[in-house]
Amino acid sequence: MSAVSLRHVSKTFGIGGRAVTAVADVDLEVRAGEFVCLLGASGCGKSTILNLVAELDAPTSGTVEVAGTTALMFQESALFPWLTVQANVELPMKLAGVPKDERRERATRLIESVHLGTFARKRPHQLSGGMRQRGALARALAQDADVLLMDEPFGALDAMTRDTLHDELDAQVRDRRLTVLFVTHNVREAARLGDRIVVMSPRPGRVTASFDVPIERPRRIDSPEVATLAATVTDQLREEVLAHARG
Amino acid sequence: MLAVEPSSTSEPSTPAVLDDSVSVPSGDARRGRDPDRTRRLWLATWPKVAAIALAVLVWQIVVWSGWRKEYVLPSPPTVFKELGSLIADGSVFEAIGTTMRRAAVGYALALVIGGLIGAVVVSSKIARSAVGSLITGLQTMPSIAWFPLAILLFKLTEGAITFVVVLGAAPSIANGLITGVDHVPPLLVKAGRTIGAGRLGLLRHVVLPAAMPNFVGGLKQGWAFAWRSLLAGELLVTFGVVSIGSQLDVYRQQSDSAGLLAIMIVILVVGIVVDVAAFGTLDRWVRRRHGLAGD
Repeated sequence: MSAVSLRHVSKTFGIGGRAVTAVADVDLEVRAGEFVCLLGASGCGKSTILNLVAELDAPTSGTVEVAGTTALMFQESALFPWLTVQANVELPMKLAGVPKDERRERATRLIESVHLGTFARKRPHQLSGGMRQRGALARALAQDADVLLMDEPFGALDAMTRDTLHDELDAQVRDRRLTVLFVTHNVREAARLGDRIVVMSPRPGRVTASFDVPIERPRRIDSPEVATLAATVTDQLREEVLAHARG
Repeated sequence: MLAVEPSSTSEPSTPAVLDDSVSVPSGDARRGRDPDRTRRLWLATWPKVAAIALAVLVWQIVVWSGWRKEYVLPSPPTVFKELGSLIADGSVFEAIGTTMRRAAVGYALALVIGGLIGAVVVSSKIARSAVGSLITGLQTMPSIAWFPLAILLFKLTEGAITFVVVLGAAPSIANGLITGVDHVPPLLVKAGRTIGAGRLGLLRHVVLPAAMPNFVGGLKQGWAFAWRSLLAGELLVTFGVVSIGSQLDVYRQQSDSAGLLAIMIVILVVGIVVDVAAFGTLDRWVRRRHGLAGD
């Protein structure tokens, strides 16, 4: 069963001579419970695809179907700076009309599950980048959405912190049987996290290849299996870039 | 030493002894905080005190130099004595009361009107292109220039003063709201939409809170304009009610320089108290909440 299904999706920004085609004729399926990494160089329309799936934007042509609701995480936490971590995590539930006691209890459990328990009363600016992303993850999970969309969520973090967060995301995905569409330009990260890697090429953005990731979990980003697969994918990417450069 | 003294005077000696013998760490911690606080307060205060002392000294030197006769430019002790007697007989409080009531009424009106105009400009493109730049233009208009018209419209009444106070403060307040909303980070709006906020939810939970720091800045600036307009108004539009501004005029007519300077000190102090203490605190509080100021 498909959780996300894109058919012949194109998105053009602007009109006339200045029009820029961000993505062209993209077909993409994400099965329920699948973790798909969308991989490509910057400017290849990865974020555009997430915006389309999140219904923040409408496609110029083609169809985008999502079975259920989506939650979206960004490279920056986008936590509301005037709210505590607790209040940030409660807000999606507040907007959804969840009663006060219930949302307080659920937020507390979520915050503990991302190991931010002692920081629940802190505001985002009092936290490190990694902690903020944990908070953002807790807020996204609070939406109880069917599909979790992640736009380079760990791109701004140092390698150590990123590694820890990979483990935690893995655990959350397993526990909650999440469907994830994860955008990254980091090949190893894609091989570390995904069930499948979908490679995109730029200008205009289109899907050029798809790799299954047959590596057992738990995985490590520095394991030989991840490195080997990453090398294969990198070769493919390099060909794309060269082909593109030759015109 | 500094901190031990107050604690030993405010508390009986037995708990202090218990404190020392039983729970040394907590006692240390408690005492450790106090001198810090005293020191911080001292560090924050002494430059201000020194600056005031220096200003008073310069004033005294000018008086000593004999540049003007003592009855035209009185010395600091004379003025402070006059101020003391104004405080002692309570007349200064009557004046402050009238002025502050006018300030409160005018500012409250400006808040409502400025808020409404700001809200309309923010939510309508047409309103923005129509009056957006006009609001900024109004801010540059010196409030004193409004008084002739105000007096024609309202005669020598409270209305004339209120009219100018509102015209002084409302544009800043409206502008604060407009700038605040304009500068809401797009990422936060996007985040708000993705977590399920509709139009109203976005406004309430994202846009308005995010606009707060700029809005409070507008409130603070609005107050400064209101205060200036108000005193100009009280100086020009006098009709037998005792206020801070009217007292300035009374003392000028009586050539009572000491009284004049005493009232000027009152104006300065009231301005500082409201601007720094009230609006400054609000400003700092909002900025801290938003992570815009150092902790």
